[in-house]
Amino acid sequence: MKKLLAPLDNAVGLAVLATVLIAVGTAMTFFYAPVDVDGLNQKIFYFHVPIALTAYATFGWGAWKALVHLWKKKPGADLESYVAIHQGTIFGALTLITGSIWAKLRWGHWWLWGEKELVLFLIIFLFYCTYFMLRYSIEAGPRRANISAVYALFGVILIPISFLAIRLATNYIHPVAFTKQGPQMAGSQFATFMVCLAAMWTLAGALYRLELLGKRLDLKIRELRELVL
Amino acid sequence: MTSTEKYVAAAYLVVFVMILVYVVIIAAKLARLDREIGDLADEVRATRQDEEPGSAG
Amino acid sequence: MSAAAGMSGRRGRGGLVGYLGDVATLAGKDLRIEWRARDTFPAMALFVLSTMTIFHFALPSGSSDRAAQGMLWVAILFTALLGLTRTYAPEREQGMFDGLLLSPVDRSAIWLAKVLATLVFLAAVEVVALLAFWLFFAHVGGAMIAAVVLADIGLCAVGALVAAMATASRSRELILPLLLLPLSVPVVVGAVGASVDTGTGKYLAFLALYDAIFSLIAWGTFEYVVAE
Repeated sequence: MKKLLAPLDNAVGLAVLATVLIAVGTAMTFFYAPVDVDGLNQKIFYFHVPIALTAYATFGWGAWKALVHLWKKKPGADLESYVAIHQGTIFGALTLITGSIWAKLRWGHWWLWGEKELVLFLIIFLFYCTYFMLRYSIEAGPRRANISAVYALFGVILIPISFLAIRLATNYIHPVAFTKQGPQMAGSQFATFMVCLAAMWTLAGALYRLELLGKRLDLKIRELRELVL
Repeated sequence: MTSTEKYVAAAYLVVFVMILVYVVIIAAKLARLDREIGDLADEVRATRQDEEPGSAG
Repeated sequence: MSAAAGMSGRRGRGGLVGYLGDVATLAGKDLRIEWRARDTFPAMALFVLSTMTIFHFALPSGSSDRAAQGMLWVAILFTALLGLTRTYAPEREQGMFDGLLLSPVDRSAIWLAKVLATLVFLAAVEVVALLAFWLFFAHVGGAMIAAVVLADIGLCAVGALVAAMATASRSRELILPLLLLPLSVPVVVGAVGASVDTGTGKYLAFLALYDAIFSLIAWGTFEYVVAE
């Protein structure tokens, strides 16, 4: 089993897998999944929602690494947490953009405050953008690592709390709730969705490994420079 | 192309472009790392030559 | 986790009584400093009154009381923010923060003391704010007062922690609002809901939930924020 999962732990294996899955997922989106009652715009669903779920997953991963850093004082966990949150912010920006395009298609507006998931994402996105401002305004060192980690932990608490808050707020801001799913998903749609989700997760994993590799290389070169000079 | 098709294509394009921008940034980073390693190698070579003037580096 | 472990190791006096004694001493110190210097409270009170004056001109005639109540929460949030920028000012100005960390006090006690001191400032300012609101705009109900109390706890609990983060940052005053505002969105939702919507119970319960969760995590993580 461990040998089977080994390619999933390096950038190259993940990138290859992501390439295959994205190709299959895109093909399934356009040639296999039926055009449902919503029309063609529903195709955005197959990558907008996986991208959003990927962003949540990477934020969660970042918080987990933050916990490992605080708890076990594992060296490198801080960097991993940072890179995961960086990935989350990239996928978060994509979620906002693709969600906005979808809103324009379905309701004729680029932004809808009634669209709960989008609003939630905006709050989370603003929160994590501040992460970078905070991190880069503190001198590198153990204190920066600790503060970043605590902030990352606050993020995963803020996500469900904000979700609840937005549900509550619709009571006095937007009494009419939109339903996104509409009819039940058909089997072929579900299969397409799952492939697309797997594709996005492996893509995020590949980018995460790639960026981590770069950052580690950076640190090693700095170390080497100090050794040589 | 209907307007719906345009929007769907645009959404795909945004994702594609963003990932490519990421690739560009990583490529730039790799180029910088490559340069730095080259500099380091040069420096090591220079110090070695200073230490043993007779030998061919 | 480690906050609990630190508690037993670092404290001078033992037990819960000693812990609460430390908290009371530290909070009392902050309140005494404020009582002598009168730096923060008058500024916050003036700020909230000025903000409400601005809101009077920002709300066109015919705006409902509901809009005014929403605005009140903007005023309260910004006033809290103004107060929170001064949370660690006494320590910072006299270079006392390291001394405080070296003293045999559990670090989470420092956080709790800061929360209590800030809470006292904020509550005092809100007495002014609610009186002014009642005078200038609309009736103040019991639900609104309950919401103010619960929202204050949440804002101070989170605020005392992010203010400590901000003191480590190069851009202190600039970054504090950025840190606090996204975290305070749920507070605003609960508070405004309790003020303007029917069925205030669920909003107040939500605020209490927010207070409990964020107080707990802030209490547990504060020592990492201030320690090297």
